[in-house]
Amino acid sequence: MQHTTLDPATVAPSPVGAAPSPVSHPVLRVNSLEVTYYTDLGRARALEDVSFTLEAGQKLGMVGESGSGKSTLALAMMRMIKPPGRIEGGQVFVGETELMGLSEEGMRHARLNKIAYIPQGAMNSLNPVIKIGAQMVDAAQAHLPRESRSAINERCVHALRSVDLDPAVFHMYAHELSGGMKQRVCIAIGILLRPSVIIADEPTSALDVVTQRQVMETIDRVQDQIGAAVILIGHDMGLMAQFVDKVAVMYAGRLVEVSSVREMFTDPKHPYAQALISSLPNLENKGVFRGIPGLAPSLLRLPGGCAFHPRCPYALDACRSVRPDVLNLEDGRRVACHLFAAEAFHDQPA
Amino acid sequence: MTLVQAATITPIEAPAQPSRLTLVLRYIRRNKALAIGLAILIALALFTIIGLLVIDPKKAYPLSAAIKQPPSLRYPFGTDFFGRDLLAAMVVGTWQTAFIGLLAGGIGTLVGLVFGFVAAYFGGWADNVIRTICQILTPIPVLLIQVVVAGSLDKRDVTIVTMAMIVAMLAWMAPTLVIRAQVLTMKERQFVAVAKISGVSDMGIIFKEILPNLLPFIAAAFVGQVFGAVFASFYLAVLGLGPLREPLLGNIIWAAQSQGAFFNGWWWWPLEPAFAMILILGALALVIMGLDELANPRVRRTE
Amino acid sequence: MTNLLELRNVSKVYTRGLTAAEPTIALREMSLTLKEDKPTIVTVAGESGSGKTTLAMLLLGFIDPTMGEILYKGRNITSLTGAERLAYRREVQAVFQDPFAVFNPFYKVDHLLTVPIRQFKLARSKSEAQRLVEESLTAVGLRPEDVLGRFPHQLSGGQRQRINVARALLLRPRLLIADEPVSMVDASLRANILETLRDLQRNYGVSIIYITHDLTTAYHIAKSIIVLYRGGVMEAGDVDAVIKSAQHPYTQLLVDSIPWPNLDQRWGETSIIARESSKHDPGACPFMPRCPKAMDICKTRPPLFQITPHQAAACYLHDQKPALVSQRLSELLPA
Repeated sequence: MQHTTLDPATVAPSPVGAAPSPVSHPVLRVNSLEVTYYTDLGRARALEDVSFTLEAGQKLGMVGESGSGKSTLALAMMRMIKPPGRIEGGQVFVGETELMGLSEEGMRHARLNKIAYIPQGAMNSLNPVIKIGAQMVDAAQAHLPRESRSAINERCVHALRSVDLDPAVFHMYAHELSGGMKQRVCIAIGILLRPSVIIADEPTSALDVVTQRQVMETIDRVQDQIGAAVILIGHDMGLMAQFVDKVAVMYAGRLVEVSSVREMFTDPKHPYAQALISSLPNLENKGVFRGIPGLAPSLLRLPGGCAFHPRCPYALDACRSVRPDVLNLEDGRRVACHLFAAEAFHDQPA
Repeated sequence: MTLVQAATITPIEAPAQPSRLTLVLRYIRRNKALAIGLAILIALALFTIIGLLVIDPKKAYPLSAAIKQPPSLRYPFGTDFFGRDLLAAMVVGTWQTAFIGLLAGGIGTLVGLVFGFVAAYFGGWADNVIRTICQILTPIPVLLIQVVVAGSLDKRDVTIVTMAMIVAMLAWMAPTLVIRAQVLTMKERQFVAVAKISGVSDMGIIFKEILPNLLPFIAAAFVGQVFGAVFASFYLAVLGLGPLREPLLGNIIWAAQSQGAFFNGWWWWPLEPAFAMILILGALALVIMGLDELANPRVRRTE
Repeated sequence: MTNLLELRNVSKVYTRGLTAAEPTIALREMSLTLKEDKPTIVTVAGESGSGKTTLAMLLLGFIDPTMGEILYKGRNITSLTGAERLAYRREVQAVFQDPFAVFNPFYKVDHLLTVPIRQFKLARSKSEAQRLVEESLTAVGLRPEDVLGRFPHQLSGGQRQRINVARALLLRPRLLIADEPVSMVDASLRANILETLRDLQRNYGVSIIYITHDLTTAYHIAKSIIVLYRGGVMEAGDVDAVIKSAQHPYTQLLVDSIPWPNLDQRWGETSIIARESSKHDPGACPFMPRCPKAMDICKTRPPLFQITPHQAAACYLHDQKPALVSQRLSELLPA
């Protein structure tokens, strides 16, 4: 049994109105994940030294601009990175199983079974010429070769009910469903085998605001039912505020801050996170616009030291040359910034 | 007029963009079909061009050399029953085949372009008329019609140009429909809407916005047309329906066959043009495959 | 002083097939007036299928109305020709949603900016044109040397959308139709783009019709709002009033579902009746199948009831208030 010493996984008290997260053994542990893309134009460090944990029943929001590495992180965890990309190192533990060390066969088994991924635009990838039910059965049968057909059908219908869809959808085609319904079908496929971790990559980006709420509430409910951990990837901070318990901010392939959702919105530490929060429109600050000047760097030519230093209002000399490690602050918060060196705890993982 | 504070950041160098030539060469290395096809075509073109400069074209016609000579130093490709120097014949024949291919191919593509654009961009009755004509003509057995037409012409009227016409006559429908389909898609693209609100006229949109994006398709259609034209001219000539005096590759084979070349042991006579034809058609087919990969991003296996 | 743009009872109906069975009413009897001397920002809010895209297409002259007229400075836009049509094109511009789709992939991104300069003769020389291009790029926070000469796929989504907005700046139109200009852009860039749009209105007298389904950004940039559902106006008026105290059940549902980035404003408790493919009765209120407060009388389409001088809702819950003729919709909207 492996027992790696981990960062304290305690979480600040949940926001008002949400169900309290159960405190238990972390169901997901990512250690120092690293992904590089070898392109014609050079090497792009898509992910560098990304580590975090997640408990069962917890929701983690992964935010960042496009190109920050959030989708790459999901693909890396699923071992779906294709050449010219390559996973250079790191470990991903789901429960006691370490995914990077599995064989191809083992990983195939783990996908959907232990960890499910609902990609961006999933609803547009539903096969238009096969009925929904057939697609769900296909997905289930690949993992449960010995289960009887009627048991699989049951399972699929049960999954449809969990996402608030009429079982009649089993016999329908994708084009007969609305966008929100298609997305819920994708969620149903994701939960067929009751995985421990569900990764949803921008599940509502193409949906209008009412359908979006419906889909997110569905994910919430479904997660309660099967006790999974959910990673929500997106860039809509509003959605994060409504839905997640913890927020992780990515910038240029690195994790720059992990905090509880309340702390992220009331007291963000990393300058990038601060800029992000203050650029958000809300009812109080009508008419005030605070964008972040400059542009995110290309992953092919990252600035030396801290990747954010060219745009940071608080940049120190050290920031130009020394890359900040991810520091542990109190209450389980983590920040990658030299400004907080004094407050950090130094019990690094063994 | 700085409305938003301009970025006051440390300039980050953009990664050096490799030159366009480098990218083209790299692509050719990855798309082998296109590369090999083009290489063969270039080699054939050189053969023809240098050949035309070197040999005496009159030797490609009967009674200009010793008859029935196998390949030797004097006659590298040998000669035939009628006294044609086959090397000269091959050079001239290849050039004539190319001519027919390009002419008929060009006509077919041009007609397809015009009809396809008109049908797709303007729609309405023009679209209906063009589409209906295409749909009526497509199922007609082209080979049959070509044979009938070529066969019913007075032998003296059959020249290279008339052959090209016969071949192009029923070849334009496919490019029309393909280009029409592409333009229909392009028309709905948002950059066309932006061009409209930028004051660009309809003609401007067709020529400056849509047409450039169709170049890969047009190129593919053109090569397809050339392939079809070369092939058609070949089999018509093999059947004896070509301009018999000309050393068209198919004609040479027909003549060889009518004199029982194989039985008489003059193996070089039909084999050389056959081999040349395989090279030409094979190269064109490879180029078509290669262009298909280029034009259709979903088929792209590389990059 | 003629009105800049006027929609008079405009409807757009799509019929399917040979018989006129099942017509879809994309937009129903919409009337709107935008004054030349009072540039304003109006939000048209709605989900997909609400008619907001149809409205944009009509205003830009891409489709013709089935009924009613659209007048540009007093002239029907379908009858404009020659120089007048060019003037209309110049003065009515758009910023579209998809930052990539607006670029012609064959050309460098400069093409987007140089074509209108040429067509509308905005510069007398190449150097003047270059200056215009560079100024507009700098104004949106881009460095010209970073983006000019590049192809669209070589730039990020944010850069592309900024170039889009730069184009609008360059043209200095009288009316700008912004169709979801920030929905495909990262959150950190949205503020920049919205600020540019607002400054266009404030400092350069451009009226903006801001089309969106995202009420958060709408709230920030617009003065007035029109809420559409299935082609009909559900609620309209001053944006503060409508969002902070929505009167129509549909608007209430929308506002309730806004994901505010604020932990003290959570999604409401209103239950959502999903909008599955429903057969709807064209004579009834379009929201009736999903409305928690539907009554029998809703089977007859309600008119707009004017609740305050700057807010009206098409709902019988307010039938005590005076009914407003749809042609007078614009009077609700504050300048």
